[in-house]
Amino acid sequence: MKLFKTLLAGAAIAVGLTGAASAGEKLKVGFIYVGPTGDFGWSYEHDQGRLAIEAALGDKVETTYVESVPESADSERVMTQMALSGTDLIFATSFNYMDHVLNVAKKFPNVKFEHATGFKRADNVSTYSARFYEGRTVIGHIAGNMTETNTIGYIASYPIPEVIRGINSAYIAAKKVNPDVKMKIVWVFSWFDPGKEADAATALISQGADIIMQHTDSPAAMTIAEEKGIYAFGQASDMAQFGPNARLSAIIDNWGPYYVARAQAAIDGTWTSTDTWDGIKPGMVGIGAFSDKIPADVQASATAIKDALSAGTMHSFTGPLNKQDGSVWLKDGETADDGTLAGMNFYVEGIDGEVPQ
Amino acid sequence: MDFSALSPVALIVSLMVAATPILLAAIGELVVEKSGVLNLGVEGMMIIGAICGFIVAVETGSPWLGFLAAMAGGAAISFIFAILTQYMLTNQVATGLALTLFGLGFAALLGHSYAGIKPPKFGKLDIPFISDIPVIGELVFSHDYMIYISLAIIAGVWYFLTRTRGGLVLRAAGENHDAAHALGYKVIRIRIMAILFGGAMAGLGGAYLSLVRVPQWTEGMTAGAGWIALALVVFASWKPWRIILGAYLFGGITVLQLNLQAAGANIPVAYLSMTPYLVTIIVLVIMSADKKRASLNAPACLGRIFHASN
Repeated sequence: MKLFKTLLAGAAIAVGLTGAASAGEKLKVGFIYVGPTGDFGWSYEHDQGRLAIEAALGDKVETTYVESVPESADSERVMTQMALSGTDLIFATSFNYMDHVLNVAKKFPNVKFEHATGFKRADNVSTYSARFYEGRTVIGHIAGNMTETNTIGYIASYPIPEVIRGINSAYIAAKKVNPDVKMKIVWVFSWFDPGKEADAATALISQGADIIMQHTDSPAAMTIAEEKGIYAFGQASDMAQFGPNARLSAIIDNWGPYYVARAQAAIDGTWTSTDTWDGIKPGMVGIGAFSDKIPADVQASATAIKDALSAGTMHSFTGPLNKQDGSVWLKDGETADDGTLAGMNFYVEGIDGEVPQ
Repeated sequence: MDFSALSPVALIVSLMVAATPILLAAIGELVVEKSGVLNLGVEGMMIIGAICGFIVAVETGSPWLGFLAAMAGGAAISFIFAILTQYMLTNQVATGLALTLFGLGFAALLGHSYAGIKPPKFGKLDIPFISDIPVIGELVFSHDYMIYISLAIIAGVWYFLTRTRGGLVLRAAGENHDAAHALGYKVIRIRIMAILFGGAMAGLGGAYLSLVRVPQWTEGMTAGAGWIALALVVFASWKPWRIILGAYLFGGITVLQLNLQAAGANIPVAYLSMTPYLVTIIVLVIMSADKKRASLNAPACLGRIFHASN
């Protein structure tokens, strides 16, 4: 026991020393990812953001990352380890890291934290997210126009507001151009499980879906869509190489500019706790190039929607809209406020099924 | 809710596809455990098999060579485990866990330039007329070849373990390695061969994932299948035929709940996903409650290090 304590003290001193040594020189930036950086989806794009920091700030920064960190107490250990080893700025890039980020942040008031897609902040915890739902409006519009079976399959991960918002946004846009459209939703309760995502796509296709949308991280569904000769959209990344014929377009996350700006602010000493929620306009949400399978008129109308969202003349959630139970949510011309969107836990009218509890 | 869209035949076909990776990995691990070794590195061996099979299938254009390479790859990485645990007498649990971590990382390294490539298509059984019979043809005569091979492997392992002298010797090593040693059997050699077989089967299961079920290469694509295979061996209480039952149950529940959701059934997904694990825990409880049954099934020397003292 005594030996153990000595070792521990020794380790603490060593950590303290390295922390002090690096403090004056480079900004140390740490990232934790929920999946592997090679998932070619969500985590891949966050890692591209990390590389953007390195490219932009060069030898003023030093970045590290840990991939495939479970959204459990494990993430707390990883972040604590990062903080102990002198990291100044930590990006936690998945929703369910939320409470763990706050716990660690409390213990290390001098370390700055950035939590993606969350809503809990502290003096040293910022949150940031992208208005992916704006992208869903564009691809929902395309899907509504392109489906022949009037059935869109949707592979959803966890029933959190961000995912529900995406489903609603895509459905509203599809319904606007195709009143008969139905949306079949399958929850896989995982962000990254290629086998299960593939099975979900197969299940949806065998029940008549001819366009697949997904809110999971791997390109498995795109591969299945390509094999079965139906359409799908890239999620988080372009995913073109996985479905040369199947891919119609994609929602692309572009974290680079935000990450560079935040790292720069930390270097300048101007970093404060903020809440950022950017959409198509600042480029945080990108729309992948349209496939030539999409008719020219649909391409034109989709581009018009994208431009209107970007210019702010259109909002994805514009009334009249009812909730699933038929009660009025938004009156004619009214748009949803960010508070409601951030906590969205209901389907809009027309979607079948219930949000899992 | 629209149940007419649920086709039982399509359901069964897709549950077999979903179950085959864990079925293969589990039958390999069953043989390993029957010989008295606990290898927790199934996940690592599977992912190595997935990438080795993928690389060779893409480079040669032949999925068959891919499957062979996957077996070789899985066996090769399990050989590390065999050397460490059998000759250097390391702790099997720790070595197995290390094997999983190593396998996941090494596979990511090997597969770095193989993401986004389409593997060659793997053939399906297609007998003229017979495969076209409604229902029966689809259910029995038109799967991909690996499904038939996986079932044949189960039958082969059952025959080997219960009907041959070699199987008896292997089980002897797993039940009482000192007695087997005293009789002059080479316990270490038997166990190494079992470990290599387990590695090859896990590799084959991994390749089925990357060549048939998904089919693509993504880092970490086994996503816990190896752990399910480990649970399956316990679930099957070390009996080969029950591996089929267990694997199809695990696969079936996954596929069924996804299909039910797509059909609009309002089901508690989280509970349904839990059931196979709950059943495994219940099986474990029953087994440990009844000592006589437990001693009949679990190999007595499971996880124990053998060191010949004379």
